[in-house]
Amino acid sequence: MNLTQEEQAMQKGDFGPVVQNALESQIGVGGFFGAEDLVEVRSVHLMADIEALADPGLNFLEETAASGVKFRVPVTTNPRSVDFSFWKEMGQEKEVVEKERRIIDALSKLGALPCNTCINYQTVDQPRFGEHLGWGDTGTVIFANSVAGARSNFEAGPAAVWAGLTGRVPRYGYHLSEKRRGTIRVVMEEQPVSNSDWGALGCFIGRKLDDYWKVPVFEGVEGSPTIDDLKHLGASLASYGSLGMFHMVGVTPEARSSEEAYGGEAPVETIMVAPGTLEGVYQSFQPEEEKVDLVVCGTPQLSLYELREIVDLLKGKQVQEGTRLFLTTNLQIKALADEMGYTEIVHKAGGRILAGVCFYIMTARHIQEKFNYRTLVTNSAKLANIISGYGYNPVLRPIETCVEAAVSGKVV
Amino acid sequence: MAETIIIRGNPGVGPPVEGEAIVSEEGFSARYDYDRYRGVISRKSHVLYGQSIVGKIAVFKTSKGGVATSWMMLDMVERGTCPAGFIFGRTNPVMVQGAVWANVALMHDLDPDPVQTIRTGDYVKMIPEKGIVEVTRVS
Repeated sequence: MNLTQEEQAMQKGDFGPVVQNALESQIGVGGFFGAEDLVEVRSVHLMADIEALADPGLNFLEETAASGVKFRVPVTTNPRSVDFSFWKEMGQEKEVVEKERRIIDALSKLGALPCNTCINYQTVDQPRFGEHLGWGDTGTVIFANSVAGARSNFEAGPAAVWAGLTGRVPRYGYHLSEKRRGTIRVVMEEQPVSNSDWGALGCFIGRKLDDYWKVPVFEGVEGSPTIDDLKHLGASLASYGSLGMFHMVGVTPEARSSEEAYGGEAPVETIMVAPGTLEGVYQSFQPEEEKVDLVVCGTPQLSLYELREIVDLLKGKQVQEGTRLFLTTNLQIKALADEMGYTEIVHKAGGRILAGVCFYIMTARHIQEKFNYRTLVTNSAKLANIISGYGYNPVLRPIETCVEAAVSGKVV
Repeated sequence: MAETIIIRGNPGVGPPVEGEAIVSEEGFSARYDYDRYRGVISRKSHVLYGQSIVGKIAVFKTSKGGVATSWMMLDMVERGTCPAGFIFGRTNPVMVQGAVWANVALMHDLDPDPVQTIRTGDYVKMIPEKGIVEVTRVS
């Protein structure tokens, strides 16, 4: 691999053994994918919740921090497993809370910005066209690549730490123009309306593609999808298909025309989104029982507009006894919700706004067993996908149905 | 009679390993599909639901889902619930980053297609550094 003088110094150990190990690890990953060199990144986004980290990951972070090294570029963090105001009510273990605090301490010592958000691109760190990033959470990566035209691969937990320490990532995959070319044609004969529809579309396509290296191009989209729509589409494509990039002709910046999206080559496959496709996705999530245990919205974390929509639907109503309503967002949006009276409306109705978290990483398996939760209604196709691995029966429905389910305690 | 098949590709990561193969046409994610505390596939809709991949050469068509598997890889190793090695049809970066971090053998993009070639129960030797997989089948 071609290394600059500074990178050679890191490799020799001039920056200490921790940075040396980080660079060697990056060379290992880069070599696997045929990278010829490293590329400097403007920022890093790190996924480091205790549910995924476990003790070996926590030890790694603490040992790295104890060595005295600092991150060379801004490092933002993904949602954590605990809202410190609600962990008891959520039924989480004290041990988990303590470990989550240790993660935050270690990351702060390293110089990270613990903002605990998976909507960094809507709030604290807007990606710019053409810039290189070392982002972790898949939903953030596919958004940065597709909607902003920035360049990042999935930099998973340890890899994001390496990127923070060296300020670089191996240059392969979505850092290279030729890998960003669209390869799969998706013809829209049905138009998504709500953001849960966009998530359902991501589910339909992601289930069919299921390969990080495939890049779908959506053709025939009418109207003007919002940033929230594209966030749900991206998060769902990344979740169901592990996809890192999409184009939408006339909408995303590297697809001003279909010719540009495919980079002058022909797509290898065409997928039709026929009328009725989205309803089919919703119907693939069937409740085993009518009674609803949980309604959860906020994967990815809710924007202010999404939260306002839910608050408007919930106003003057009460969540059914025996059913819980959890809305997850980041600390910034929560502060605005407090200021604007949204939090009071939700809490009076019996729901909860949780900040800095995302439901599936809140030790979901443990609380499922503790409260015997089973039926979970959500407008997030991504959450519906992940949570089924934790013993829940997910039911994907539009937001109006989700709020009705919280109020009536029932879903069909 | 034992039959030997050689599969080749670019170098992988991790040490040379060997073991019994478990093969799936489906993908894998440690967060979505796997109960790493019990060492079994926990997603009901997964074709390997309820089966153990511990200590085996796990052959999956793709890598699924998000970035969590990377962190989980070392936890799986320390708990003793990690496969001896992973072979993917094609993998995303997450698995490779986790494998480098936890020093787990991992290879992908091999010829002939390992998912079509290797059968559950075959004995498999992975030599990642050389890009070679040796499959022994007793018929």
